[in-house]
Amino acid sequence: MRHALVLGLAAAVSWLRASAQAPDPTAAEFDKFREVLEQDNPAELFEVKGAELWRARRGPKNASLEQCDLGLGPGVLKGAYAQLPRYFADVDLVMDAEARIVHCIMTLQGFTYAELAKQPFSSLVRTPEPVSLVTYVAAQSRGMKFASPQNHPKERATYETGKAIFHYRAGAFDFSCASCHGADDKRIRTQPLPNFTKPEQAIRAVQGWPGYRMTGGVMHSLQWRMNDCYRQQRFPEPGYTSETLSALLAYLTVNANGHVYRGPGIKR
Amino acid sequence: MADPMKIRATLQGDVADVRVLIAHPMETGQRKDAAGKLVPMHFIQNITAQLNGKTVFDADVSQAVSRNPVFAFKVKGAKAGDKIVITWTDNKGEKRTDETTVRAGS
Repeated sequence: MRHALVLGLAAAVSWLRASAQAPDPTAAEFDKFREVLEQDNPAELFEVKGAELWRARRGPKNASLEQCDLGLGPGVLKGAYAQLPRYFADVDLVMDAEARIVHCIMTLQGFTYAELAKQPFSSLVRTPEPVSLVTYVAAQSRGMKFASPQNHPKERATYETGKAIFHYRAGAFDFSCASCHGADDKRIRTQPLPNFTKPEQAIRAVQGWPGYRMTGGVMHSLQWRMNDCYRQQRFPEPGYTSETLSALLAYLTVNANGHVYRGPGIKR
Repeated sequence: MADPMKIRATLQGDVADVRVLIAHPMETGQRKDAAGKLVPMHFIQNITAQLNGKTVFDADVSQAVSRNPVFAFKVKGAKAGDKIVITWTDNKGEKRTDETTVRAGS
């Protein structure tokens, strides 16, 4: 029997205390702790839920998502997540995983964007369907290398847009993503911050997402994570599954290309 | 209806290592919602495991267990292909049963 939350808090406290003196051995201990947690990650529950939702006939059109094309052909899930964001000719846009799943829910099942975007993020009482679905889809790329393509001109243009968004300073704090994640050895309090402009560190932007947060016991997707970054920067909230977020995710994922994706993660 | 469990049962020698992930809010009855009202208690009270129909694990648990909990235990004398059935019951009388077969370990 395990109390994930209590363990998580205890570990966070001891990690905070220790990392003030010697960051490296503590980071290793923290990795070990994370490894133990990953053996029984509640994210798997959302994976199971997502698998059910994928096959369930729902919505005004009473259809399943089994014909959803995530870039490798209708219904092909194996490895699809690791190759997103990518260009989709049917919408003439580059889409990230959740944006594409939402697109499929709208076109195949007939739900409206307004319904899906009303409360798109998980809470204690509710996990939105796209979050479970993206967890299921992501799990089908476990152990595969990130390979978000840069072949189509729109993919290259979107990468450049994402790069510009990443470096765009504005808001009440005159912040950009790059203010915290654009240089080496930055930290918030004792939390070390990865430099996402470097390939070997960019993987940390996309690894472990979608992730189960022990604080609160909720499952979150990258759409939520990007939204929360903007909230912390005091920016206006970006639109759910908007082109802005797909572009930002394209920039981060392409930077992380070549690294192995370990599947849905667990966060403290 | 309650969401499905995730059950793994892996054999090591003649001992099966059983790990069960359960989707459950596990409300203690102490937490307040956004409106300041107490969220009613809602937690698993009993969990049982059966190996080929014989009860091998029967636990009474309380609110002290976390949301979406993990239960892990070992069963002696299990063989590959044996059926493990897990059932939980909560204080509202809701229950859920899921099953898996014991897999040979590495």
